[in-house]
Amino acid sequence: MTNEPALRERFVPDQINLSRGHCAHCGTTLAPGQGAFCCTGCSGAHALVRGLGLDAFYRRQETAAGTLRPPEAPPSFDAAAMAVPDAEGMHRLELMVSGLTCGACVWLVEQALAAEPDVQRARASLSARRLTIVWRGGAERARDLAALVAKLGFRVAPWSPACLRANEDAEGQALLRALGIAAFGSMNVMLVSVAVWVGGDMGEQTRALMHWLAALIGLPTVLVGGMPFYRSAWQALRAGRANMDLAVSLGVIATTAMSLSEAFRNGPYTWFDSATALLALLLAGRVLDRRMRRRARQAVAELLALQDGSVALICADGTTRSVPAESIRAGDLVLIASGDRLRLDGVAAEDVVLDLGATTGESVPRQVPAGEPLAAGSVNMGPSFRMRVSAAVRDGSLAALGRLLERAEQGRGRFVSIADRAARYYVPIVHVVAAATFLGWWLGVGVTWQQALVPAVAALIVTCPCGLAIAVPAVQVAAVGALFRRGVLVASPTALERLASANHAVLDKTGTLSEGHPELLPDEAVTPEALRLAASLARASRHPLSQALVRACPDAPALDSVIEVPGYGLQRGDLLLGSAAFCGVTEAADSGMSLYLRQHGQEPVVFRFSDRLRADAAEVVAALQDKGLETELLSGDAISAVEAAALATGIGPWQARATPADKAKRIGALLAAGAKPLMIGDGINDAAALAMAHVSASPANGTDIAQAASDIVLRGNGLAALPYAITVARRAQKLALQNIGFSLIYNVVAVPAAVFGFVTPLIAALVMASSSIIVILNALRAGKEVA
Amino acid sequence: MNALILLVPMALLLGLLGLALFLWTLRARQYDDLDGAASRILFDDLPKKDLPQ
Repeated sequence: MTNEPALRERFVPDQINLSRGHCAHCGTTLAPGQGAFCCTGCSGAHALVRGLGLDAFYRRQETAAGTLRPPEAPPSFDAAAMAVPDAEGMHRLELMVSGLTCGACVWLVEQALAAEPDVQRARASLSARRLTIVWRGGAERARDLAALVAKLGFRVAPWSPACLRANEDAEGQALLRALGIAAFGSMNVMLVSVAVWVGGDMGEQTRALMHWLAALIGLPTVLVGGMPFYRSAWQALRAGRANMDLAVSLGVIATTAMSLSEAFRNGPYTWFDSATALLALLLAGRVLDRRMRRRARQAVAELLALQDGSVALICADGTTRSVPAESIRAGDLVLIASGDRLRLDGVAAEDVVLDLGATTGESVPRQVPAGEPLAAGSVNMGPSFRMRVSAAVRDGSLAALGRLLERAEQGRGRFVSIADRAARYYVPIVHVVAAATFLGWWLGVGVTWQQALVPAVAALIVTCPCGLAIAVPAVQVAAVGALFRRGVLVASPTALERLASANHAVLDKTGTLSEGHPELLPDEAVTPEALRLAASLARASRHPLSQALVRACPDAPALDSVIEVPGYGLQRGDLLLGSAAFCGVTEAADSGMSLYLRQHGQEPVVFRFSDRLRADAAEVVAALQDKGLETELLSGDAISAVEAAALATGIGPWQARATPADKAKRIGALLAAGAKPLMIGDGINDAAALAMAHVSASPANGTDIAQAASDIVLRGNGLAALPYAITVARRAQKLALQNIGFSLIYNVVAVPAAVFGFVTPLIAALVMASSSIIVILNALRAGKEVA
Repeated sequence: MNALILLVPMALLLGLLGLALFLWTLRARQYDDLDGAASRILFDDLPKKDLPQ
């Protein structure tokens, strides 16, 4: 152990030399002139990792370039307030860690924390992105520990109740338990059944013993393992519907009852093996399906947790305290820092400049006069200001919208999935056939009712649901998994089917087609030196325009002794960067968003910004049109901006200055006209339309309320994955139909054989297994990559 | 027939033992982080404490 690190050093060339051209910590491509790191954060993180002797991490990590760049600001929430007392003298902290994407990341985080002398236990869960730290000592250590994880390049957020909800999966746990029991039961029943199938010379008494052994194992298995199906079937029955679970339940119960009757009269075969194997197979499908959806839900919760912010409450003594937004009451005074998003509705005592992109869709920030109500969701573009809160979170405009969304979603809950539609016809037919078989043999042929039961139940089993019940879920699992790998999170169980049938796309502009935040416009008049100097100054500020400058020139070094004059600009000696008035320039009338840089004795340089369209916007729109979707732009922004965006992307009809109600109304009109609109939006103002639409999607940087209202969330940058998702959804729909058709063909052959009494348990088992395997193999094609 | 009296209970007992173990792993939440468990097996270094002496 002692000289092992030294050995490693000798055989592995220095990381800094190894990765020329890429940042040695986060892997971003470096600009010319940069050393080994893209930013000071990465350099610090690399030093930290090497200092701990954990540089094996860099050889193993599989994260995408740039994800591990440490955030410039330390975590904004107060970790100490979230630490809970554990055993005596210990505290525990739960964090959501974003960027935890590979085994090496888990290793790095756990090892780095374990190297702290007071940490007792650090455990990160890769699938839930949940980090649990237990340490000896006071709650205040939580801040250092959270900061340490952030310094390594991982974004940390409080482990919110929403994260917990996405992970708590009592139903999934119950399914897994049922699967274990059913698998155990089916294998052990098979042990006995195979003996009966091959033991032609078996004595009557031995056979009776075998039948009762099978019953001993089979009965409890069917009772406990089938619970998930019985429950769902009972719910459907009470609602007056027939679903696939009803067919499964009836098939399993009838088979068990018939087997029991056969055991009593010591018939040639019992069918407990069919009943238990059927349960085990179907449960395996359910468990996989659920696991896939849970992963998508976890990923959505992760996106939301990163947005979950705290609010700076101004206490009576004038100090500010960071508290969760939920604990704020109407009448409290909060501080809104420059660049912060408003979490609550309120009123300011001064004029403020707000970016209303998320609430109204306007891309240019607007001056809101003192005393006017400010809506939660907008972003402060001016200096920090004090706001008197007018409503607590649960009474505010966001909560009201949330309630509205719930109602809209109930309307969409009426969508009937293809599997349920198939079940609606299939279940009654199968049961009529089984009943007719029973009556035919009993009354027609004249055998005893126990003997007549055998072909009737055999008909139930061979038609049974196995292939059909797996047909659609197997396709869904494969398709949702393939989309997950490409960063498309499918949150709703019927989303893929609805996406496949969408024929009209309604897009929002600000934040959806466009980036949603200001970007520097390229300008010939700006020299690289001026840009570099301005970006260096801008590093000192959190203002959105400053941050856009830093993004445009990320390698600019930070300067010291920069003074920020809130609301006006930045100053360093006689170097000025800020508004026109601040730099003493007379501003042109329609300058939009701009900053001026003034150096001593030189002409001022103007930097112009705008909310730029995403690089792939036109491509995505073209791809949507190519897939036969009519596109349409619906934005709350000004006419000129919307028209320009529509022209640049080639979207047909467009409408500007649309209020949230207008958007919802337009979706309603489309639905009424028989179209199946796909709504794509990111803002609070889109939420109602998103919830109403046939199917909806939102980008990763969308507001939490829009993501919650959407069926599909696109992780990663841009909308490029959306056309791909439509391709996959359509192919999945085709495969699901093929599978259903295939199961029906199987039935056409198997049912007459069963009705006429040719089917033994062995044949039933072969039919069941082979049809399931073929359906599953066909379904796997849904996960194949498409060009 | 005599062999069955011994073998069948043994087979069932072993099966039940497996089931009991499965239910225990389920209760111990061992299926919560399957991705993590898959890579955890490759970690070779034990957590080390640089305790200040």
